[in-house]
Amino acid sequence: MLRFVPIITIAFMIGPVSAGLIGTLLPAFGILPALGGTEPGLDPWAALFAQPGIWQSVRLSLVNGLIASFVSVAIVMLFCAAWQGTRIFRAMQRILSPILAVPHATAAFGLAFLIAPSGWIARLIAQFAGWDRPPDIAIIHDPLGIAMIAGLVAKEIPFLFLMTLAALPQADTDRTAQITATLGYGRIAGWFKATLPRIYPQIRLPVLAVLAYSTSVVDVAIILGPTTPAPLAVRILGWLSDPDLALRFMASSAAILQLLVVVVAIGIWVAAERFIALAGRQIAANGQRFRHDGGVRAGSAVLAGLSAGALILGLVVLLIWSIAGFWGFPDILPRSFSLRLWQREYDAIGSSLVTTLLIAVPTVVIAIVLVLGCLEHETRSRHKPGRGAIWLIYLPLIVPQISFMFGLQVFFTLIGLERTLISVVLSHLVFVLPYVFLSLSDPFRALDPRYGQTALCLGASPMRVFWHVRLPLLTRAVLTAMAVGLAVTVGQYLPTLLIGAGRFATVTTEAVALASGGDRRMIGIYGLLQMVLPFAGFACALLIPAILFRHRRGMNAQNRG
Amino acid sequence: MPSDHSETGLELRTVSIRLDRQELLAVDLVITPGEIVTLMGPSGSGKSSLLGHICGTLPAQFDVSGQVVLNGRCLDGCPPQDRHVGILFQDDLLFPHLSVGGNLAFALPASVKGKAKRRMMVENALKNADMDGFADRDPATLSGGQRARVALLRVLLSEPCALLLDEPFSKLDSELRGQFRSFVFEQCRKSSLPTLMVTHDPEDGSAAGGRVINLA
Repeated sequence: MLRFVPIITIAFMIGPVSAGLIGTLLPAFGILPALGGTEPGLDPWAALFAQPGIWQSVRLSLVNGLIASFVSVAIVMLFCAAWQGTRIFRAMQRILSPILAVPHATAAFGLAFLIAPSGWIARLIAQFAGWDRPPDIAIIHDPLGIAMIAGLVAKEIPFLFLMTLAALPQADTDRTAQITATLGYGRIAGWFKATLPRIYPQIRLPVLAVLAYSTSVVDVAIILGPTTPAPLAVRILGWLSDPDLALRFMASSAAILQLLVVVVAIGIWVAAERFIALAGRQIAANGQRFRHDGGVRAGSAVLAGLSAGALILGLVVLLIWSIAGFWGFPDILPRSFSLRLWQREYDAIGSSLVTTLLIAVPTVVIAIVLVLGCLEHETRSRHKPGRGAIWLIYLPLIVPQISFMFGLQVFFTLIGLERTLISVVLSHLVFVLPYVFLSLSDPFRALDPRYGQTALCLGASPMRVFWHVRLPLLTRAVLTAMAVGLAVTVGQYLPTLLIGAGRFATVTTEAVALASGGDRRMIGIYGLLQMVLPFAGFACALLIPAILFRHRRGMNAQNRG
Repeated sequence: MPSDHSETGLELRTVSIRLDRQELLAVDLVITPGEIVTLMGPSGSGKSSLLGHICGTLPAQFDVSGQVVLNGRCLDGCPPQDRHVGILFQDDLLFPHLSVGGNLAFALPASVKGKAKRRMMVENALKNADMDGFADRDPATLSGGQRARVALLRVLLSEPCALLLDEPFSKLDSELRGQFRSFVFEQCRKSSLPTLMVTHDPEDGSAAGGRVINLA
């Protein structure tokens, strides 16, 4: 049985992506029998290119995606270079880990509430500048998409930071830093010249995932991005949701165009990588020490702190809005607080949480069972998976969601599974599986293999070794991976909306749907609701092992590693 | 102890281990019950791989030829849990999620039935090692020497037919090392186990008092 688990797992990830891409590619060239498309042709493309501002949308997606990714990577690398091994670094690690659980949409709403013309920052300035009305400028939904870039950067920094953190020990960074320091290099120069080249290959796939995500993002773009025109992915969603079914053909060709945009973005990124590697080798050998880098170090700490601070403050503003009574400009705090809205929404909140869990529980359970099966198989067969496996895992994270979700919807309709819980769970698994795998594989492989060997040599069956030795030793890692999975399924917007065809109102679809209405109190409530489940998940992952093993001191060391 | 075969000990018949087509080690050896054979050699000479091969946990990338025979039964192809070969590493590897007693009960064969009887066997084993009343302790609260002893008790309770020692004394300080070493050797002889010890330390070999094989 066990040896089929890796194949099944890969099928769950790659199957929907392939089926979805085919299901999008065919209508993009006019073939969709259900809507009367039987003749292949280029009409959808002609219609697409006739859309006003289409190239502006493409440019927005491409340029903003590249900028957001570059800024995120640059800040994380600079911060690691400047502060690795210091107390500030460890503090940032503690702050950023829980922030990772904040869904993209919540983070975007929080940021919007901070930086909007009537947001907290403007209110603060108003106290000194004496404004009595919000400044009349477009800060969010700005035509250049700067607010959207800021939202993406703030949310991607924790992710990239934690990915870098996982890669650091493998590059022997502490001793490398010592050596570069004794050779007279400044911290940052030493890190960029000696450590970065060894770290980067390890975080390259996560970086590409961030790039692909930023180039094709929907929810953050709806909340913060430009509207006239919107980035490509947002317009595609608009066409897909249009009552005029004929637009589905054009939407499909746009979805393929979106895929091409991501491919081009990755191409540009890879070319830039090559160039930087080439130039970097020259620079590494030129002997420049950059001894006095105090200013840059301080700057990197400010930038990293700013992004973390913006996210946290954003959450605070969401909370305040959700319980605000009358709150006029430029008051820093509402005149009164009330739980009236929470009470009025009580039933709706309950039902959206239940719907979210209805999808999340089966998704996370299936994911953890499959991932544990894969890793256990790997351990028992004593074979290491090849390099290709990791690409397969990242594939669903790199192909843009909007490019295969419509096709997947078509596919599920074809096999009679449209608008069912099964199809929604299957579509969530595509994204939950990779994250659960990435989260669990490191601790699982890091577990001292001699525990298992000892248990076997004591006469325990492989089954018993798994249930009574490996699984208990990995309790915390398994629960953390499940919490990561939970956070991922709760945050899914597009798959829930498109595959569920509006039947599944989760906390995330409800929250994003509120974006256009602009009711800040409701946004506050649903923004916070999105966070409740992921945070509860991570809290369980911390508390359960602590209670279960409160009399086993050795488990602390075990669980930290 | 299963004794349907005659107790001829542990035989390594022209066993050779290769990695990437390069021979790491080749041995041809019979260890009689109660005999302790010491295998010395530099790190990377394949000593630990040989132990892994004997207990059946060697990673698949190694190429192995020859036969491993225990009390007349060929072990090759047999899963580790059915080999009745016990192993002690330099770390005690007590399961941190189980109590001391839980660790020992884990090793006790299922054929020992009844909660009370199993508990009694665990407590007797602890008593023999001067660790009376330690059954409910958290292994993390034990001293290094106590942990080492529990690890040995655990192997012995699993009723092995042969014992492998992978530098089991190298992490103990010198005073403890001498004590624990004689405790281990005494137990091996008492249970007349064929024992193969791998070590860096020539003192271990002379203390064992058996044959010492030097790998180049």
